[in-house]
Amino acid sequence: MSLTTTTTESGTTPARAGRTGGEPPSTERAAPKPHASGRGRARPLADVALSAVGACALVGVAVTVWLGLWVTPPDRFMGNLVRLLYIHPSIAWVMYICYGVAFLSSLAFLWPRTRSLRFDKLAGASSEVGVVFTGLTLVTGSIWGRPTWGTWWTWDPLLTTTALLFVLYLGYLTVRRIPGEPEVCARRSAIAALVAFVDVPICYFSVLWWRSLHQAPSIADPVTGKTYIHGSMAWTLLLSFVSFTLVYVWLVARRYRLFVLAEREDDEGLAQALAERRAESSQVRA
Amino acid sequence: MWRDALLVAGKDLRIEARSKVAIGQVVPFALVVVLLFGLALGPAVGRGSVLSQAAPGLFWVAVLLATVLAVQRSFAIEALDGASDGLRLSGLDPAGIFVGKAAALGSQLLVLEVVLTGAVALLYDRHLAGGLLLAGSCVAATAGLVAVGTIYGVVSSGARQRETLLPLLFFPMVAPILLAATKSWDAALAGTPGRGIGWLDVLAVFAVAYLAMGTVAFGPLLEDA
Repeated sequence: MSLTTTTTESGTTPARAGRTGGEPPSTERAAPKPHASGRGRARPLADVALSAVGACALVGVAVTVWLGLWVTPPDRFMGNLVRLLYIHPSIAWVMYICYGVAFLSSLAFLWPRTRSLRFDKLAGASSEVGVVFTGLTLVTGSIWGRPTWGTWWTWDPLLTTTALLFVLYLGYLTVRRIPGEPEVCARRSAIAALVAFVDVPICYFSVLWWRSLHQAPSIADPVTGKTYIHGSMAWTLLLSFVSFTLVYVWLVARRYRLFVLAEREDDEGLAQALAERRAESSQVRA
Repeated sequence: MWRDALLVAGKDLRIEARSKVAIGQVVPFALVVVLLFGLALGPAVGRGSVLSQAAPGLFWVAVLLATVLAVQRSFAIEALDGASDGLRLSGLDPAGIFVGKAAALGSQLLVLEVVLTGAVALLYDRHLAGGLLLAGSCVAATAGLVAVGTIYGVVSSGARQRETLLPLLFFPMVAPILLAATKSWDAALAGTPGRGIGWLDVLAVFAVAYLAMGTVAFGPLLEDA
């Protein structure tokens, strides 16, 4: 099976066929592999899995839209506005996942035994997606706030800390773009990610610490486990969490691959330029 | 570490004593900001005017703006004449360098805050009360500000766009400090210092957290800058 996958790989993707050939060694590939289960050969399998995740995410979001807009009943108090329940909390949830993953992978990079540029790329991909989802959280929350609270924006602790998260991680993404050696950049970014993460728990617990306009998470009681939402609404909510999480996985995996490809383009671009110059000089000599 | 910190702080303060940039440019800048707030929020003076009510917040925003300039200055002196290489090769403890630079910055900022307090009291017509809480929150807030400023100062000193990068990184990070310091000053000036004690605790927690973070992270950051 492994043989066939290798042939299809070299057959279908010419860019990757040069992988086994003379390629300049890079720190990334020389680094210890955390998922070292024949990664080079498993690539097509990973591709298939990724496409499957993407398809599931698409279907999940589509079904969520259908259930959320047509099937579920309007709320007793909020009426049709309750339908925002199927996107806003799950987007905010993905935002926390993004920053959590960025934090953990930055830690993993700084920890000497797991140091690998993979984790730097993962942190970069995850926080980039995180900034997008923070923006979406703010926008959907704002749209929900206008009819229910009567205002697009209020200086509520949760809203304010979320807006701060947005700016903090924009700053982090700028730090990532400071030029330098890959290792140096990665270490600098990892530290910046740890510093920026300080706001995340503050943001999460702000609804519990301060009495404010935004309600505390009220899907289920954390102590008694009693749920406050039933039937089709509960299922739709659950589905929205699952499908937005799949969207997250898909986006981060795509972004990660983009990092890898950009790095390879850098490496091979240099090799190609060298080869061209050599060819020129040999022509001149001949 | 403490000996190294004293050395670095002494060096920074000696440079300041000779070049007089903080006292000659940063303090006047902060005063200009205070005047501009006065123009922007109306000339009406007296108890209950907008200016007088907003005085604590305006004071701290002016301090924040001045801090960015002071941090930039603090790392500009390291960028000249290969000073940063000298610092790295000196064998001083990085934690000591961090504490020293932060302490030098902090002592300059405390002077600036004293001057600004006078200006705010005078120009915004706000009677100063609760002196102990005012001073306490100044010290705690300044410790947090200089810790964040020194961390990000060294991060951005390697960047080509350092002038614009530092404020972007610095301001969101110190937003909690701005909030807590304003609340604590508000309580002190309103004559109800009891309400401000909790915010003073928040300031102290942030100061300790940021200082601890800087002491640990400064070594690798300095190496890379």
